[in-house]
Amino acid sequence: MTDLIRKTAAELADLMASKQASSVEITQAHLDRITAVDGDVRAFLHVDTEGALAQAKAVDDKRAAGEQLAPLAGVPLALKDVLTQEGVPTTAGSKILEGWKPPYDATVVKRLKAAGIVILGKTNMDEFAMGSSTENSAYGTTHNPWDLTRIPGGSGGGSSAAISAYEAPLAIGTDTGGSIRQPGAFTGTVGVKPTYGGTSRYGLIALASSLDTPGPCARTTLDAALLHEAIAGYDPMDSTSINQPVPAVVEAARNGDVAGLRIGVVKELGGDGYQPGVEARFHEAVELLTKLGAEVVEVSCPHFQYALPAYYLILPSEASSNLAKFDAMRYGLRVGDDGENSAEKVTALSREAGFGAEVKRRIILGTHALSSGYYDAYYGQAQKVRTLIARDFANAYEQVDVLVSPATPTTAFAIGDRIDDPIAMYKNDLCTIPSNLAGNAAASFPCGLADEDGLPVGFHVMAPVLRDDLLYKVGGALESALAEQWGGVLMTKAPELEVTR
Amino acid sequence: MTAAVLEINDALATYDPVMGLEVHVELNTRSKMFCGCPTEFGAPPNTQTCPVCLGLPGALPVVNAKAVEAAIKIGLALNCEIAEWCRFARKNYFYPDMPKNFQTSQYDEPIAFNGWTEVAVDGATYRIEMERAHMEEDTGKATHVGGATGRIHGATHSLVDYNRAGIPLIEIVTKTIEVPGDKAAAVARAYVAMLRDLLFSLGVSDVRMDQGSLRADVNVSLKPSGSTALGTRTETKNVNSFRSVERAVTYEITRQAAVLSSGGKILQETRHWHEDTGITTAGREKSDADDYRYFPEPDLVPVAPSREWVEELRATLPEAPSVRRARLQEEWGFTDLEMRDAVNGNALELIVSTVELGVPPAAAKKWWLGELARAANDSGTELDALPVGPAEVAEVQKLVDDGTLNDKLARQVFEGLLAGEGTPAEIIEKRGLALVSDDSALLEAIDRAIAANPDVVEKVNSGKPAAAGALIGAVMKDMRGQADAAKVRQLLNEKLGI
Repeated sequence: MTDLIRKTAAELADLMASKQASSVEITQAHLDRITAVDGDVRAFLHVDTEGALAQAKAVDDKRAAGEQLAPLAGVPLALKDVLTQEGVPTTAGSKILEGWKPPYDATVVKRLKAAGIVILGKTNMDEFAMGSSTENSAYGTTHNPWDLTRIPGGSGGGSSAAISAYEAPLAIGTDTGGSIRQPGAFTGTVGVKPTYGGTSRYGLIALASSLDTPGPCARTTLDAALLHEAIAGYDPMDSTSINQPVPAVVEAARNGDVAGLRIGVVKELGGDGYQPGVEARFHEAVELLTKLGAEVVEVSCPHFQYALPAYYLILPSEASSNLAKFDAMRYGLRVGDDGENSAEKVTALSREAGFGAEVKRRIILGTHALSSGYYDAYYGQAQKVRTLIARDFANAYEQVDVLVSPATPTTAFAIGDRIDDPIAMYKNDLCTIPSNLAGNAAASFPCGLADEDGLPVGFHVMAPVLRDDLLYKVGGALESALAEQWGGVLMTKAPELEVTR
Repeated sequence: MTAAVLEINDALATYDPVMGLEVHVELNTRSKMFCGCPTEFGAPPNTQTCPVCLGLPGALPVVNAKAVEAAIKIGLALNCEIAEWCRFARKNYFYPDMPKNFQTSQYDEPIAFNGWTEVAVDGATYRIEMERAHMEEDTGKATHVGGATGRIHGATHSLVDYNRAGIPLIEIVTKTIEVPGDKAAAVARAYVAMLRDLLFSLGVSDVRMDQGSLRADVNVSLKPSGSTALGTRTETKNVNSFRSVERAVTYEITRQAAVLSSGGKILQETRHWHEDTGITTAGREKSDADDYRYFPEPDLVPVAPSREWVEELRATLPEAPSVRRARLQEEWGFTDLEMRDAVNGNALELIVSTVELGVPPAAAKKWWLGELARAANDSGTELDALPVGPAEVAEVQKLVDDGTLNDKLARQVFEGLLAGEGTPAEIIEKRGLALVSDDSALLEAIDRAIAANPDVVEKVNSGKPAAAGALIGAVMKDMRGQADAAKVRQLLNEKLGI
């Protein structure tokens, strides 16, 4: 079965259930694909061949023994390198954690393992998830499988590239300001940021604690929903985890009925600065949803214009504190420990060598924003903006069920294009950031290719807290309607990667 | 280096001291503030740790509800308001024994605030206003190796034990305390002693100052007598006995007075207390610009204790130690001195338990403050560590009451108990200690005494009944003390017809 890598996770699960393929075969097929194409894509930082095959065999044995297995048991997955996996190198894309093997599993990883999902390896990312292009990784840039000269998005570029290069059917990302959705949009895949607190942060190396949210990446809406269900739910180890039932996301993805659904187009997320091809595909998708029976209105969220500056004060503030633990004393990189340097000097030398430019930039920003005399003007003010944005959402959700916008103002840009212009880079997250500040659910679904460059465009859906099911409803409806036009999901339009092995 | 100091009386003639006390209490919860690790004292280094208290990447804290409960109890016992909603904050600073390089603490939203308490010194009562009581986590413990002083300076390397990292702490902060200067040091001492008793009675801490579960930071400043403007304060850290609290306050008053009267300036700084020499030395200079970059801890949801819970806890609060003590003293009829001896000798709770077993307070006091206190002192142990407890004291006293023993024999029984010779009954049996109550044996001894002392009998018969005491003494000696003196007197009187 040479086409195992082209199957969706749901299809692979069916093949295993009907004994047409084993997990070991499926896992091996993906490992082979990684060997064949990852030299060009560079989605993976670490491939755990032995571990993955062992997990796959364990699932096969259980199935052979007639054990009842979880829906995705035996399906392979790529894990963003920001989640701890016991005994497997975890770097968060940073030199400062080079060689660190965590002694414990993140809750998400525990749940993946419990569900029998096979973890192939750790995927590349912007260092400590700071970036929108994966160019800030200390281990090199990941390339967009649609066009290898382009970035795959960030910070979860590795995860989205892995699924769009058919190296894995599923991946886990984390979304602090759009790091699941923006790469999803750039690679023509599905990326979901669940409700904050809907998935556990325990074991997620923190960027900004009040924003970080782990979530699923997949090539179809149903696959994302299946993965969502496998990892979501209350975790007593995470104080901010929500003790409520997981929304019925799988059912919503399968049903995909938007008749009567009220959809609000956010007025402020469009127009100037948005690529025409992106806007065109977005409006066509809205049209399509109208035809399917959704009610579409324009909605105003006046404070969204302050989301970007507020975000770029809150995130570095929290990050500056979260990254203070990397002092080179207990794990990771240690530089200058020659018996002559003081502990302080060793810490300074290690940080100098271990942190990249973007990380240093944000630590300095955050340290300044929190310092006495500036706190009220920066951090305090940003928190007020955050409240106003949450209020904008609350007001909007009184009129509509979900909000929509393009996922990104542009399609994937060229490698090197914006790396020296942080502000231009930051602007990429314009549409995705408000949902993180408010903690509600959001997702990006593929909605076509831009005319200018033939690159994927993402359709962004935002839903109230714990109404993640509404995202999948819209995603499912859109996906099946577009599949009729395209003869399959958008990913089938991706150019073949040259197999280099 | 010993700085010049003024005589305390000279210092107080010119300056009024102002104090503030910050007391850190380690709670005795079974698990740590933000994780499930055990809190046992003295375990081998780094055996009571997990990703959370080691601050490993990705690990997250979760608040220990028992610690919140203890914090509320402490707040209530200090007459504080309990916050309806409060948060933890991050206090960002670097220190080698702090795994996250920030301390999770409470900043502008403490769980308890605006309280008061009272302490008594030399019969006068002083009201102490409480600023706040807030929750935080303890740091690890660094040991600096290779230097001469044990301090980090000059050390070749440092060892860090994270067993203590994350143990729940409550920091109890007073408002400024302005009492007459000659009382300042004693009030400071009395306050810390009062807190210790209070915390003990609440059952929230082991309050072992020697193990660091209760540590006091002492703030002292001086202002010219009669002035209202506050002076610059110093903060003497980690003072770990009542006596040291008193000495540290006195020392800082005399030191600061010497600096000020010679035209110098007090630096706002932390100071180290030296138990052996009784002085403080300069530590870290601390300005108001000390920037901890506090911000609300995003990893934790706010703490919002329900009013019902707070009232439930209020209902469980024990009688305040000072109130209870006054009540017991009244009930027992002890003098002030006796009460103080009982408290200072850690005998109060033992006496309470003994009295509860039916022993008259005077008898309980007699044994615990006399015989047993002496034994503890001689063997260098604590009173409550003796092999004799309230149950044994009650048993011995019962034997005294029913005439089996007199005080002298009872003391020998205690001696046997302390030596581990068995139960009181076994000791009486083994040592042959019971009083002889057999009349014929006593009468025989009386006859022998009369026969041996004709001159005494003569005196009694000639109208001097008081002389009979000598005969009683002779009988007691004959019986080797094992006779009931009252019984002997009765029989002798009958025999002599007086």
